[in-house]
Amino acid sequence: METINFENVFEGKLAKNEMVEPKDWMPENYRKHLIRQISQHAHSEIVGMLPEGNWITRAPSLRSKIVLLAKVQDEGGHGLYLYTAAETLGISRDELLDNLHTGKAKYSSIFNYPTLTWADIGAVGWLVDGAAIMNQVMLQRASYGPYARAMVRICKEESFHQRQGFEVMTRLAFGTTEQKEMAQDALNRWWYPTMMMFGPPDAESPNSENAMKWRIKRETNDQLRQKFVNQTVPQVEYLGLTVPDAQLKWNEEKKGYDFSEPNWAEFKQIISGNGPCNKERLAARNKAHHDGEWVRAAAMAHAKKKNEVYEAA
Amino acid sequence: MTTQEALFKYTLRLGDTNLILGQRLSEWTGHGPFLEEDLALTNIALDIIGTANSLLEYAASVENKERTADDLAFHRNDRQYYNLQITELPNGDYARTIVRQALIDCFDLYFYQELAKSKDETLSGIANKSIREVTYHLRHTSSWIERFGDGTEDSHNKAQTALNELWQYTGELFEMNEVDEVLIKEGVAVDLNIVKQKWEKHISELFQKSTLVIPENVFMQTGSRKCIHTEHLAFILAEMQALPRMYPDAKW
Ligand SMILES: [Fe+2]
Ligand SMILES: [Fe+2]
Repeated sequence: METINFENVFEGKLAKNEMVEPKDWMPENYRKHLIRQISQHAHSEIVGMLPEGNWITRAPSLRSKIVLLAKVQDEGGHGLYLYTAAETLGISRDELLDNLHTGKAKYSSIFNYPTLTWADIGAVGWLVDGAAIMNQVMLQRASYGPYARAMVRICKEESFHQRQGFEVMTRLAFGTTEQKEMAQDALNRWWYPTMMMFGPPDAESPNSENAMKWRIKRETNDQLRQKFVNQTVPQVEYLGLTVPDAQLKWNEEKKGYDFSEPNWAEFKQIISGNGPCNKERLAARNKAHHDGEWVRAAAMAHAKKKNEVYEAA
Repeated sequence: MTTQEALFKYTLRLGDTNLILGQRLSEWTGHGPFLEEDLALTNIALDIIGTANSLLEYAASVENKERTADDLAFHRNDRQYYNLQITELPNGDYARTIVRQALIDCFDLYFYQELAKSKDETLSGIANKSIREVTYHLRHTSSWIERFGDGTEDSHNKAQTALNELWQYTGELFEMNEVDEVLIKEGVAVDLNIVKQKWEKHISELFQKSTLVIPENVFMQTGSRKCIHTEHLAFILAEMQALPRMYPDAKW
């Protein structure tokens, strides 16, 4: 049977660490898994523009306004690379967006938390972009070429975002008493939600086995979470802030911190649509898409007329 | 009025206009009609706020009273702001945002071309950098004016309505006062009559090509040269300045 040969070629590529490209044969469950993962990621970038965009008009200095605006634009750019990568798998942008707008597709739950103060902008850049990098670094070597290449560009920019977020936190943490309180409050609210970004504990995580084989995942959720805590605690100490976890303790034996798990019951609620901002985020995306409909229609009508004129000539 | 006073006010006028326009445009970020356009408009907003920053930094140094660009942006009231009224108007629908932007892009293009000849090196430097940016902005907004005009009946009507409503704010673009007089004599400021001729020609061609009609005999709104604004500016500033006003000792 011919498909078996194709499958051998595919498996061979995986084994040799080669890239699978859009024209290559690929198993259907591989294609589906990728579409799901890449589009979820794309949706996360786009929805992620909302909580941060929330502070663009209130950024407290000209420089911070420019930096934030550029950051939010970068996230949109990430969304664009990723939608384009997903489209190479044979699904249209319209269908992808439709899945987002109807709530059928998921996006990162972290963006269902509100950005309440300016310090949240620092905390999101520092912690959320930081966690995203940790999740995504391995994707630069993902088996699917267009995805891997998109991730190379994205990771570069995410590191930049993380540094900028940390810079905002630094200014606050070393600023006035009120600014320091603002920074601590943001850390208190974003610490556990950020930990959730690595996904449920390994024991309860579906999808992992194939994802490992396909090089669209290389470390488990728990490993990444541990790595994140180990990396972040010294940064918290540098800022003179306190991790909101009384159980946090260095464990010499494992050369890492022991820490409390986030509230997984809350995580499940947010995933099922009951987070503080789920409805607002989805409503905002739907409104933008709906309000933009006549704009897209005008562009299409104009392009069509131009073509007709061109063909007539 | 001394040359220094005039230069301060002139630079503030330009800086404020860019800042408030950029502030308005940035409201679209994350909410654009489709992703590519969201990114493009944000790009324009970024350029414009960048220009505002350069201009306000220069204004602060011209004033020489230890105020920074941020002090000027975040610690002046609406009655001390010189931005053109057209920039502070709500974005409205996308046609309104784009029509306003095209009107201003076109003005900026010819304005910066003149300002690039200024004897003031800082202003001519800012102008030279802006010409490149504004050329791209105008290309982008003009292409949308054409699409709206010729696209669907709905888009045509929306663009025409926007043009009808915004036209009354275009008179301000070309108003000159003592500030301009003092600085034109010094070879620093732009004679806006020169800009006006080029702008009128370009804009009427653009709208004609797009089958949109510029309204006639419109009574022009005025006030911004005296820091008199529409009701919208105070709300913009209340939002934009909230943090620095709430924490006056803080650095960000
Ligand atoms: Fe991103
Ligand atoms: Fe980012």
